[in-house]
Amino acid sequence: MTELLLREEGSSSVVLARASTPRERRARLGRFLLRRPGLVASVLMVLLVLIAAFAPSVLAPGDPNLGVVADKLQAPSAAHLFGTDYLGRDVYTRVVHGASLSLQATVIAVAVALVAGGLIGLLAGFVGRWVDEALMRVVDVLLSIPAILLSLALITALGYGTVKVAIAVGIASVASFARVMRAETMRIRRSTYVEAARSVGTRWYVSLWRHVLPNAAGPVLVLAVLEFGLAILAISSLSFLGYGAPPPAPEWGSLISEGRNYLATSWWLCALPGLTIAATVLSVNRISRALDGEWKR
Amino acid sequence: MIGYLVRRVATAVAVLWAAYTLTFIVLYLLPGDPITTMASGGLDGEPLTPEAIEALKVRYGLDQPLIVQYGHRLAEAVRGDLGTSIQTGQDVRGAILDALPSTLQVALAGLLFAVLVGGGLALAATSTRLRWLRQVLMALPSLAVSLPVFWVGLMLVQVFSFGLHWLPSTGANGPAALVLPAITLGLPMGALIAQVLAKSMDTALAEPYVGTARAKGVGERDVHLRHALRNAAIPALTVLGYVAGNLLAGTVVVETVFTRPGLGRLTVQAVGVQDIPLVQGIVIFASLVFVGVNLLVDLIYPVLDPRIATGVPA
Repeated sequence: MTELLLREEGSSSVVLARASTPRERRARLGRFLLRRPGLVASVLMVLLVLIAAFAPSVLAPGDPNLGVVADKLQAPSAAHLFGTDYLGRDVYTRVVHGASLSLQATVIAVAVALVAGGLIGLLAGFVGRWVDEALMRVVDVLLSIPAILLSLALITALGYGTVKVAIAVGIASVASFARVMRAETMRIRRSTYVEAARSVGTRWYVSLWRHVLPNAAGPVLVLAVLEFGLAILAISSLSFLGYGAPPPAPEWGSLISEGRNYLATSWWLCALPGLTIAATVLSVNRISRALDGEWKR
Repeated sequence: MIGYLVRRVATAVAVLWAAYTLTFIVLYLLPGDPITTMASGGLDGEPLTPEAIEALKVRYGLDQPLIVQYGHRLAEAVRGDLGTSIQTGQDVRGAILDALPSTLQVALAGLLFAVLVGGGLALAATSTRLRWLRQVLMALPSLAVSLPVFWVGLMLVQVFSFGLHWLPSTGANGPAALVLPAITLGLPMGALIAQVLAKSMDTALAEPYVGTARAKGVGERDVHLRHALRNAAIPALTVLGYVAGNLLAGTVVVETVFTRPGLGRLTVQAVGVQDIPLVQGIVIFASLVFVGVNLLVDLIYPVLDPRIATGVPA
């Protein structure tokens, strides 16, 4: 799925002199961010989502499952930023409190994909020969099944729930991690310093731990950030279809699914939670692009 | 050429076999037993007796060792028999084929939308001389892939069905009901096509033959459409298998949003009742489409670019 976000050519490639003192480095960071207001907004958005996930009461002190029925289906106002739903619950509060569930699922999904895919790629790239052949054919098969169908097959076997959906999404994205990790491992394994290390008698596992892993981490982490955005989308889709946490848990996908019945009369029930998901994914993708070498240019 | 053909077909068959095996492992080895689900009141709400459960297990072959089940089912699948739906008792292949026409309509309409919009966007972005316009146009695909598909569908319904009353919000009656689902389904694929095509158009436009064409006095429009696009289309064709598979898979969400009958709805229902043979059948079918389209693309390549079949380095 990495090809979904093929990068555009660098818009403003500024050649900067190597900064050495802390003051120069700060100035460079300032200039870097000043030229990229979108990146700053993305970082702020992700920070907000993180606060929502770990300390929801800071952003929304109310109870997400408690509503005043008299205030049901009110349009957005100063009192209810995102309006209220059919039970009079504040939608903003539900979106904020839903962040922890949705983010937890996303972290699990990316972790599963990163660890499983990383190990497969590492093994394939480091051992090579038939192990590489066999593992990469398995990866090809994973790629031949559309991700959402693979996730659905896993949900059929595992059952419903936030964590199970997260695992299903994670396994469906193992393939891209395996590919990147394998490519990185092979590149590093053939590099001169690994050869030099071997010639002075360094054991293979030391080489793996001290040379291959730290150097492969960069590209794999960039992919992890990118997968984070994709996982948010996949998990919210499955939650929308009803495979996530049972109601009244305010998962982002199921929030939109609940609002669907009031689409004709109350636009905010679907529109605003959906915008929150979209803004989060956009921000994560923007940060992933920045991590992928924009700083060095 | 024959060797190339044989290699491609063999790869396709191998991938299909592996996909079958993988889904078998996922669905039959992991915990979760369809008969138990049925026994707890799946069909008509009445719990089944232990004898009835045993009878069902024998009927669906679930009492045999897994490896025997695997061999047996694989042999049947090779003959085109994907088993029987546990929920409805219907033949899985029949259920898929029944649901297919409606889904094909949306998928083809979605593909048309994706190719027209994605291709148009890529051509517009690579042919404009305005730097800012190009940047705006090429920002659109990354925006489109960041939006949740189900949300896009609901917003389209909100605006065009409930707001403007232009198009129906649900159902599968006539071409008007096809418009919104097709746009929803085609949007992410169109974004992908736009990104891939724009990139390969840039590569093609930097090739020497484009300079030659310009030097000969070929107009800008012909340089783009007749010289660059024909070469740039090959990399874009590579993603077609991916696009086809994902159009099919995307109907799971789209058909739910627009309450249309079809393969996607069938999938959601099958997952809901843990109908393992039906879920496996659908996954295998999607894999078959992916492999089939890729095989087709592999066979078209040598026609477009003879170097591929003869093995002359490009």
